[in-house]
Amino acid sequence: MGDTVTAHVDDHHGHHEQDFWSTYVFSTDHKMIGFQYLFTGLFMAAVGGFMAYVFRMQLAFPGESVPGFGLVTPGDYNALITNHGTIMIFWVAMPMLIAAFGNFLIPLMIGCDDMVFPRLNRLSYQIFLISTILLLAGFFVPGGAFGGAWTTYPPLAARGEYNLTPLGAPIWLLAVALEIVAFLLGGINFVTTVMNSRAPGMKMMDIPIVIWMIIIAVVLFMFSVGPLVAGAVMLLFDQVLGTSFFIPSGGGDPVLFQHLFWFFGHPEVYVILLPEMGIVAEIITVFSRKKLFGYKLIVYTTFMVGILSMIVWAHHQFIAGIDPRMASVFSFTTILISIPIAVTFFAYIATLYGGSIEFKLPMLWAIGMIAEFLVGGVTGIYLGASGLDIYFHENTFVVAHFHYTMFPIVILGGFAGMYYWYPKMFGRMMNETLGKIHFWGTIIPFNFIFMPLFSLGIGGQHRRIYNYLNFPDLASPEFQNLRVLATTATVIMLLFQIPFVINWFRSMKSGEEAGNNPWKANTLEWVAPSPPPHGNFPDGLPTVYRGPYEYSVPGRDEDYWPQNAPN
Amino acid sequence: MTLHTGTNAIPRRQVVPSGVIAMLLFVATEIMFFASLISAYLVIRAGALEWPPWGQPRLPVAATSFNTVILLLSGAALLKAHKTFFREDNSVLPQKLVGISIALGVFFVAFQGYEWVQLIQFGLTMVSSTYGALFYLIIGTHALHAVLALLVLFYAYWRLSPARKTKPDSAEFLSMQIFWYFVVGVWPFLYVLVYLI
Repeated sequence: MGDTVTAHVDDHHGHHEQDFWSTYVFSTDHKMIGFQYLFTGLFMAAVGGFMAYVFRMQLAFPGESVPGFGLVTPGDYNALITNHGTIMIFWVAMPMLIAAFGNFLIPLMIGCDDMVFPRLNRLSYQIFLISTILLLAGFFVPGGAFGGAWTTYPPLAARGEYNLTPLGAPIWLLAVALEIVAFLLGGINFVTTVMNSRAPGMKMMDIPIVIWMIIIAVVLFMFSVGPLVAGAVMLLFDQVLGTSFFIPSGGGDPVLFQHLFWFFGHPEVYVILLPEMGIVAEIITVFSRKKLFGYKLIVYTTFMVGILSMIVWAHHQFIAGIDPRMASVFSFTTILISIPIAVTFFAYIATLYGGSIEFKLPMLWAIGMIAEFLVGGVTGIYLGASGLDIYFHENTFVVAHFHYTMFPIVILGGFAGMYYWYPKMFGRMMNETLGKIHFWGTIIPFNFIFMPLFSLGIGGQHRRIYNYLNFPDLASPEFQNLRVLATTATVIMLLFQIPFVINWFRSMKSGEEAGNNPWKANTLEWVAPSPPPHGNFPDGLPTVYRGPYEYSVPGRDEDYWPQNAPN
Repeated sequence: MTLHTGTNAIPRRQVVPSGVIAMLLFVATEIMFFASLISAYLVIRAGALEWPPWGQPRLPVAATSFNTVILLLSGAALLKAHKTFFREDNSVLPQKLVGISIALGVFFVAFQGYEWVQLIQFGLTMVSSTYGALFYLIIGTHALHAVLALLVLFYAYWRLSPARKTKPDSAEFLSMQIFWYFVVGVWPFLYVLVYLI
């Protein structure tokens, strides 16, 4: 054992002079793989954002040529909506929140030099990259990209003659399947690393919340992904070989696919939510200079969230002809799961209460996330009630609800994490002014995009329509004005991402030097130099003496107490 | 400690070796995958008017029960290999037992393939009915896993050969076996479900 560790450490410190390819492209270093995931995720976010811009323009100004895209045909519209959803979930949320932050943070925060299986980690990213290219290639095959919604419900998705994308549909499925393989490899690596490579002295209850949350999310992912893979394989056979697993005329069952899909799809929401809740927990503790309220409580309720999230999936199918008795059960579990999530949020608010809050950039995003996610959570109660859901499910109320949960999670939470760990990633601080412009320019338009969708939805605006002006009931000027408002806000919000891009690249060169611990935080990643070298801790792997949230401890000169400080 | 970087870094004792954890997590995912295939089978079967559908060939129950015994014996041989590996360090017995396990496993897969050829000749295909489609999906997925697990066992066999200087330690050897145990362990469920009832 001792020998292998020595060899391992030697290996990391012996090869400093690596060429471009092995440093940036075929790296096995967890930080570089994290960056690869992060930049791929950000690139895909831009692609997905552009798609949203195009179809929002079509809804506000139907039939007019969209600048930068051209005329949107109904087929284009379907493909854009489908791939916007797919990209934002599978190619932005997953790689950014889990893969990028997980890879970057896990070894640094638990105090080890790299993942347990570095080459498996590299393979994970390579498979992910192939899946990315494959998904985008779907747009360039005859027939165009798949347009049957990101949920790929059969029979529409199961036959080329129904969805009119005989090549796009299987390519979409293959891309998603490959992407899942990539995250499976990464996830196995994450759990194994946290179990076996924690710094000496770091007990289970000394692990930072964000690591706990990532690990629970990953385990949740691993337990829920099997059904999706099974469903995808069967659907692929339906598409390519002509079997009838999901075709009623051939003896199949289309609702079966919905069950398989949502058995994964609902835990997936929590797979994305949990890492981000962890990021927010780290940030609010550091910037309130106060101990995290109820560390163990949060860990245990997160376990509860994980377990409950496996038994709520059928609330996506209330309108699929599900037995009403069954629907009541799923209504109950759905509303039940809001309890542990609410407990976590109350713990966060209790952390903020009485703290010396500093509104630095990461804190702004974290607070923004908590506030906006609350709206998403509260509107979810209406959808969880199976009776109300019958009305709300097919109009834009559900779209607005979904984006009020996902946008704070992925975008606000993601930016919170990026602003918070940027000094560690690149060794320099980001510009506060540009960051604040970015924050307010994102969060205000965000509300103007999706608030109108709530009222449009309640007013009866169906959510899968290419041109509302063809429907007399939906073509009224009041409705159309709200659509134009939402579209205008979308464009403004996308434009306000430019300050972020400028800030990101400019700060890399000319930002203020960050030093090891610019935020005066306790967790181990701030012990390493910024940016951390290959092997992370050149002064020796740290030893842990206490939990990660000892802020403002009475009787100490400093208001923080790093985990690795002996006293 | 000979760590030249660390002052006080004592490596964490691995309660469960990393390779074993990784394989167990992977197997957990696989269990959920097979559980979904089984549930899909039950749902579609429950919705069918007649099972197996009229005009479709019946599955070879007796021959496959023989094949099931072969597969279980293969798993037992591997278990024995694991036990002897702990007891006798320099014996060639573990390698021989792994070889027996592989031989039985290969026989199982080949026998399945032979059955498939026959069934296709009798008119049972993926598109002939959902009955056929589910049969080939579930049994085929299992066969694919069996082939993969056999490749891992081949690797273990090669690693155990007396000519090699470094042998796998017990944790490595265990992580190589886990996947085959999964393939053997899941089969009786599939046999009972797809062939018997």
